[in-house]
Amino acid sequence: MSTSVPRSLHDYGSAGRAMAVGARRAVGVPSIVLGGSFVGFGALVHQVGLSVWHALFSTATGWALPGQIALVELYAVGASVLVIAVAVGLTNARLLPMTVTLIPLLRAPGVPRWQYYVISHFIAVTGWVAAMRDGPTMVAEQRLPYYAGFAGVLWGISMLATWIGFALAGSVPAYVTLGLVFINPIYFMLIISADVRARSRVLAAVLGAIGGPALYLLVPDWSLLLAGVIAGSLGYLIGRRGGAHG
Amino acid sequence: MAEPLVPDVMPDAAFWWPILVMVVGAAATYVWRALGVALSGRIDPEGALFQWVACIAYALLAALVARMILLPTGPLAQTPMIDRVGAAVLGFAVFFVSRRNMLLGVGVGAGVLVLATYVRTVWL
Repeated sequence: MSTSVPRSLHDYGSAGRAMAVGARRAVGVPSIVLGGSFVGFGALVHQVGLSVWHALFSTATGWALPGQIALVELYAVGASVLVIAVAVGLTNARLLPMTVTLIPLLRAPGVPRWQYYVISHFIAVTGWVAAMRDGPTMVAEQRLPYYAGFAGVLWGISMLATWIGFALAGSVPAYVTLGLVFINPIYFMLIISADVRARSRVLAAVLGAIGGPALYLLVPDWSLLLAGVIAGSLGYLIGRRGGAHG
Repeated sequence: MAEPLVPDVMPDAAFWWPILVMVVGAAATYVWRALGVALSGRIDPEGALFQWVACIAYALLAALVARMILLPTGPLAQTPMIDRVGAAVLGFAVFFVSRRNMLLGVGVGAGVLVLATYVRTVWL
């Protein structure tokens, strides 16, 4: 929790040791919350009538939960592939600035460029927050293995949790399954409302929350895209005009 | 859809079509990560374009969340609106009272809906 800058950078001895430390640190409250949200995702996939392989495939290849949920929800209401692709792309666009800020931190001399393209698939919010916090405290060559260990464990937890959620949805009473599917709306509602740093984002979120359901009644398959682009742009413009903390 | 279907074509399509949609979704996700590597160190992540994109992503996610709570599809749709909104409000309140304890907030939000549904369907 200390925010003081360490005088000397931490050295774990080897890349393997750094990876092991990363893997061990990944187990904690953030990974429990992450696991819970993937349990919710597995349950959602079950409720929509898809198979456990679809659930696992989505988590393995997407591994960015908001986009995965948008995809399954849009698929369930019969949206076109174009709408799904654009909505998932817009939902996950935050991965670009996240990657842009994390990669320079993980960079070390002599590491081939392709390794960064591989590790970039494992950039998602839980690991990113930890790496942005822990990365600067250790020697540069050990940051990439540390992150690989950390994110690898998170990815494994996500896969296991997805499977557990799917299996639970088919075996627990219906009223419990409802609760599992309800995890993610609550989780993301809390994440969004806890992040009030920028006025424009708060406005965008509030306008989106109002516009989303309203537009859904008019144009179910396009509502998500429309709400995102219209409310997001309005929030951005109004927030920027209104104050210094745009 | 117009072609005549052999009986065992449908289960195949029912399996592979969603996989294809997910491949498209994965590509629409990975493209940002790969672009991030390509552009790292060369663009300002605090720039105006990213602020705008972040606003769109926030609005889109908020729209999805509000829609899932207010107008859900599937079995959630059978729960009364008051139960879902009440559970969300309680989860929200507990989250902020507990100094943003995510486990507690999510647990209360989902738990209240389970409890409410249990009381309505099993007890009443």
